[in-house]
Amino acid sequence: MIPAAFDYKRAGSAEEAIALIGQHGDEAKFLAGGHSLIPLMKLRLAQPTVLVDIGRVKDLSYVKDAGNHIAIGALTRHMDVEKSPVLKQHVPLLAHAASHVGDAQVRHRGTIGGSIAHADPASDLPATTLALGATYVVQGPNGKREIAAKDFYRGFLESALAPDEMLVEIKVPKMNGAGWSFQKFNRRAQDWAIVGVAAWRNNGTSGVALVNMGSTPVLAAAVSAALSSGASVADAANRAADDAEPQSDLNASVEYRTHLAKVLVRRALEEASK
Amino acid sequence: MSITQERTTNVIGQRMLRREDPALLTGEAKFVNDLVIPGALHLAVLRSPYAHARIKSIDVSDAASMPGVVAVYTGKDLHSTWAAPMPCAWPVTPDMKNPAHYPLAVDKACYVGDGVAAVLATSEAASRDALDAIDVVYEPLAAVIDLEDALTDRTIIHESIGTNKSYTWNLKVESAEGAVDKAFKTAAFTVSERYVQQRLIPMAMEPRAVAAVPQPFGGDVTLYSATQVPHILKVMTAITLGIPEHQMRVVAPSVGGGFGSKLDVYAEELLCVALARKHGAPVRWVEERSENTQATIHGRGQIQNIELAADKDGKLTAVRVRLIGDMGAYLQLVTPGVPLLGAFLYGGVYDLPQAYDFSCTSVFTTMTPTDAYRGAGRPEATYAIEVAMDALARTMGIDPYELRKRNYIKKEQFYDAAGNPVGYTAFHGLNYDSGDHLAAAEKAMQHADYTGLRKKQKTQNVPGARKRLGIGMTSYFEMCGLAPSRVLASLNYGAGGWESATVRVLPTSKVQVVTGTSPHGQGHETSWAMIAAEKLGVAPEDVDVLHSDTAIAPLGLDTYGSRSLAVGGVAIAGACDKVIDKARLIAAHQLECAAEDLEFAKGVFSVKGSPDKAVPIAAIAFAAFTAHNLPDGVEPNLEAQYTHDPKNFSWPFGTHICVVEVDTETGKVDVLKYVAVDDCGNQINPLIVEGQVHGGVVQGMAQALYEEAVYDQDGNLKTSNLAEYLVPAACDVPPITTDFTVTPSTTNQLGVKGIGEAGTIGAASAVMNAVIDALSGLGITSLDMPASPNNVWKALQSVQGGKQ
Repeated sequence: MIPAAFDYKRAGSAEEAIALIGQHGDEAKFLAGGHSLIPLMKLRLAQPTVLVDIGRVKDLSYVKDAGNHIAIGALTRHMDVEKSPVLKQHVPLLAHAASHVGDAQVRHRGTIGGSIAHADPASDLPATTLALGATYVVQGPNGKREIAAKDFYRGFLESALAPDEMLVEIKVPKMNGAGWSFQKFNRRAQDWAIVGVAAWRNNGTSGVALVNMGSTPVLAAAVSAALSSGASVADAANRAADDAEPQSDLNASVEYRTHLAKVLVRRALEEASK
Repeated sequence: MSITQERTTNVIGQRMLRREDPALLTGEAKFVNDLVIPGALHLAVLRSPYAHARIKSIDVSDAASMPGVVAVYTGKDLHSTWAAPMPCAWPVTPDMKNPAHYPLAVDKACYVGDGVAAVLATSEAASRDALDAIDVVYEPLAAVIDLEDALTDRTIIHESIGTNKSYTWNLKVESAEGAVDKAFKTAAFTVSERYVQQRLIPMAMEPRAVAAVPQPFGGDVTLYSATQVPHILKVMTAITLGIPEHQMRVVAPSVGGGFGSKLDVYAEELLCVALARKHGAPVRWVEERSENTQATIHGRGQIQNIELAADKDGKLTAVRVRLIGDMGAYLQLVTPGVPLLGAFLYGGVYDLPQAYDFSCTSVFTTMTPTDAYRGAGRPEATYAIEVAMDALARTMGIDPYELRKRNYIKKEQFYDAAGNPVGYTAFHGLNYDSGDHLAAAEKAMQHADYTGLRKKQKTQNVPGARKRLGIGMTSYFEMCGLAPSRVLASLNYGAGGWESATVRVLPTSKVQVVTGTSPHGQGHETSWAMIAAEKLGVAPEDVDVLHSDTAIAPLGLDTYGSRSLAVGGVAIAGACDKVIDKARLIAAHQLECAAEDLEFAKGVFSVKGSPDKAVPIAAIAFAAFTAHNLPDGVEPNLEAQYTHDPKNFSWPFGTHICVVEVDTETGKVDVLKYVAVDDCGNQINPLIVEGQVHGGVVQGMAQALYEEAVYDQDGNLKTSNLAEYLVPAACDVPPITTDFTVTPSTTNQLGVKGIGEAGTIGAASAVMNAVIDALSGLGITSLDMPASPNNVWKALQSVQGGKQ
């Protein structure tokens, strides 16, 4: 319950935050909503010596229509993603997935950028933005660069972010009326998914990503490939775990997870095809 | 209105809102950790990361020199502090093995979480930081986590007793020698089942917290603790620490739930008192959640083998039970007695002849000690008989309700030939005070639409159905109101089962009720005020209830085992009677009549036949206070103390029905409907009764579907936080239909029975019977708890070979 001692710095801007992180090196961490980091610190599984609080960097909380895509500021809270009229209209899959994150209290504190930067394979939004073909905008001491979601996740809680870089924006392509589905399978309503599926289909194209089916969020490329080559939903769904390396845990064995992924992908594609 | 005036009951039976709730809901209630105690030192306990390890050496020097650290102690340092080992109050057999258990381990740690060193520091943060700096060298030994393996004594946990077996306790009742064997030989039908009661973590919302405050002179100590049992704790702390009992005061402030887990005497309570005395300063400690999962007792933990014998009609002719009980690493306060509390209930609510053979062997393991958890022994027993009854019905090919109907103790059997309510004397000799099982079951069947559900099931559960419907029922007895002291004596329990109450009418006619019960969420203040208000004819808001402080309520045996109303509430009614008896003498003196010519109603004494000659109890109270004009031999003040020792247990009962759908693709169980028809006799406050049923049902359902303390082969607890240990939340709970029948208890003046554990006792078996009922058509006839999606899917795989 009581974290190890740490210093606390508050940044007023992205630039200041990046400068502070650069100054304090590897042992510093950004603090946004705190809903992934603080529990780890309380259990003393994470012991950063400096926290750089970016919670008050106001100009990073927004949802903007940018033509072909929607731009979402990294500090936008899950509740604001869930309720955004722009997202509901243009990227309903993401707004819906955000409504499944934790409980109402978590959604009012946690941020989309924090969730993606934490790169937890069991979180809903990394996989959902991956399925949607999002691009992440990151900012470092030398300016901004863009990383495609499919290149971002490198390992368990590891991403392509450099230690002195900060995720500042998520660009999500508009869905243009695509059918979609978000399947979250868990034992209690407010838990992380045992397996989750974010999927969309539009004419010949599709995107399917899996939650908690490996050390990173998983793009089920084999499913989309099968669909585009004319496979039935059922046959395509059988390829659900081809790109995954699921782990066993208290809630699911590897075999069960693999089975669940196939069932849930089939259900997701059925719903998205309606 | 005349109808209201003619009612004999004005207060009892009303749905009064709980007076406790405004403070709880606004966060104003004060729990131990909310107490501001100037100058308090903070205790932190270093816990063993090994399930079983010899402590080779402990180096505390780095920790001791850290900023804010006042002292660091090992088990060796404090060994001479203890006058006695930690207490177990229930030596169930003369040869029961009970290894010495001290607040800090000395040579050996016996479970992950066993305390090995203690830090005192000036802040909580400093105490935690110092734990990381203590260097312990362990020699890890093999963990013992399997009960049957433990019994082989392959790895001995406590060398001092030379075995892992603690005791074997038998209850064999036969009408004639060999009756059980004979019944099984001649039975038309038998079933033999094995069930595992998984370990459960009680997970009270408030973890434990302790503060010990020594007085500057004279040696008195006040111990504040999040406990269910301040009175028991006072005696036990005095004995264990060698403190004169009159110098110990124990206070339980607001306590956030217990479910049995705070019915204990814990290491941290003893450490805080001992170190507060040693340092002459207050010492406090609060448990972390993950610490709570390891350092506070667990519940259940049994392997049950049950066999039923029945005649051609399904009438039970014998029951045989073999239990193995998981004691964990040590015996806590009532650990060994928990299986015994269930020993009388494996015959269920059925008219069983004297052919009963129960035996329990209990064993030590290298896991957190177990102890009483909501229902304590009785949910386990009910689960075994009720799931086995369904198995018997399947074997016979008859409806499970039909089988139960053929076996219920009938309403007539609670009466003698002349129609007097004499209770039903069961095969084991205990007398069930009253009951009408069929009436409760019929009511539940109607609420659930049982016939309609069975029809729907036939059409829904066709081969290949993605969702299968299942209906499960359970009919239970709750043996509660712990307990008649003489019965406890026969079970070798170390105390009585009475409860005490003092009722005091103050000069201004406000009333103080002092109770020995110790509420921690049950709403006693509301209910006890209602009882006194009813008896004395005053308004409930004019009654204050004092409790949970041994200086204010010196006599009591506290709250557990659904005893508070049936024992403590009845004691309050008895104390009110004594107050009225005394007031009657003073009233007769004032009205110049004989005491027996007075009647007392609605707070007023009046002369029979001359209602205008009357005096209210308020006036009597003032007269008793001024003492200006009292009859000879009557002491001033209007106060009485009464101790109630129940003549019998109370026997609430009921029938619960659960309806589930099982997704055959994912194995997920959805509870569609839950009906609970309970009979707890007369109800003081139906709102509180319903709340107890809701909470109990959810806790029982949680055992069936969600909760399990999982240990790995090395004895590490894998479910040590609320993300991994799945306590269902409000949004996971299905609608629960509650209804009641009312069969008053015949053995106490309020006709009450108790309701705290009923839901838990009924729910787990009702849910599991429903799940198995949904799947039995596919060949699945047994399933371990919890029926998690993974477990159900695995069972489906085993019968279908993966084919849908």
